[in-house]
Amino acid sequence: MNSHSEEEQRMISVEDPALREQIYVHTVYNEIAPHFSHTRYKQWPIVEEFLKSRTLGSIGLDVGCGNGKYLGANKNVYIIGSDRSDQLVNLAYTNNSKIQSFSDTLVADGLKLPHFGNSFDFVISIAVIHHFSTPERRIEAIKHIISKLNVGGEALIYVWALEQQNSRRGWKEGMPQDILVPWVLQKNKKKKNRNDEDQEGTQEEEPETKMRYYHLYKKGELEENAEAAGAEVVRNGYERDNWWAVIKRK
Amino acid sequence: MKFLTTNFVRCPISKCDNSLKAFPLQYKNCELIQEELEFNPEFLANILDRLNWEAIIAVAGDLGNDSLPPTKPENVDPKDPENEQLLKDLHTLLIETQITEGEMHCGECGHIYYIKSSIPNFLLPPHLV
Ligand SMILES: C[S@@+](CC[C@H](N)C(=O)[O-])C[C@H]1O[C@@H](n2cnc3c(N)ncnc32)[C@H](O)[C@@H]1O
Ligand SMILES: [Zn+2]
Repeated sequence: MNSHSEEEQRMISVEDPALREQIYVHTVYNEIAPHFSHTRYKQWPIVEEFLKSRTLGSIGLDVGCGNGKYLGANKNVYIIGSDRSDQLVNLAYTNNSKIQSFSDTLVADGLKLPHFGNSFDFVISIAVIHHFSTPERRIEAIKHIISKLNVGGEALIYVWALEQQNSRRGWKEGMPQDILVPWVLQKNKKKKNRNDEDQEGTQEEEPETKMRYYHLYKKGELEENAEAAGAEVVRNGYERDNWWAVIKRK
Repeated sequence: MKFLTTNFVRCPISKCDNSLKAFPLQYKNCELIQEELEFNPEFLANILDRLNWEAIIAVAGDLGNDSLPPTKPENVDPKDPENEQLLKDLHTLLIETQITEGEMHCGECGHIYYIKSSIPNFLLPPHLV
């Protein structure tokens, strides 16, 4: 756990970061989409609270919306959820049409969103920025997000923390930050542990284990990235193995 | 893809950023459905303020609807019963009308984005990123 595995070395040696993310993020999410979606139905309290406190008729974005679990959190706002994974967007679309929500879904890359700048009241991007594989691209992604905000608009960003001593993963300060996290695709899994959002297991030789790239954020790093992107941190914190920050344009 | 969303998407290619021709996209060969959704007059009145009406008219025209008022209804009070029909019509158009299949053409660079099974796809081929 204190140094990179062979597969991680291979991942790091892929020179083009976009290609690296294609192999170790986008392809993987498309492969695990239905199973992944199955484990993602609970809304995280701070995200839910952020969305519920938006005013009637607000217009926002959910960048990297996954299965769209936040699109209907507030029935009085309109959110365009986007994601790179067309498989996850399919699920988001279906989920969203079942719940009488005004929100909508589309497939797009978080670095190339098909929207005007200066036109949204809020953005959320939950557990997405940590999938960009260089500091430059993570900062660029935050810059792109805040460029879409109106003056005064707020973005809520969540990223996975390096400091997870209390999780079963046990990562902590000093450990590698650019890692591959296994996802075990259980084919005929029926019973599910309700407290278990991720399914990283131990069966690394199993052919159905898919490896996803993550950059684990250490304390203060999200805020540094936000500032480098030209944003101001409004409030921030740590919740359930994640660092989060509400930011706005300076 | 809800009709409303056509007012909030444009060509993501950087060189089209400042072009007036890149928005709205031109909608071609589209198939539509109506999907029933709750009517929320307050929500609609607020959203109306935010719309680019010319773009609404242009896209409605692409989809074969030429019956919209030429100027945007202003200061629509959702509590005034006189506005109910207007807001209901807007609800039907913006929220309940969905494009299930079709093409979105950028008027600046000509790139075509596709809508399939109600989902628009804005991913760019590598040479355009
Ligand atoms: C851990 S999931 C989180 C999904 C959702 N936000 C949630 O909270 O459940 C990460 C998501 O980021 C998406 N993603 C990764 N890289 C992306 C990119 N470059 N552009 C858009 N989405 C991306 C993935 O497809 C995946 O849906
Ligand atoms: Zn274009």
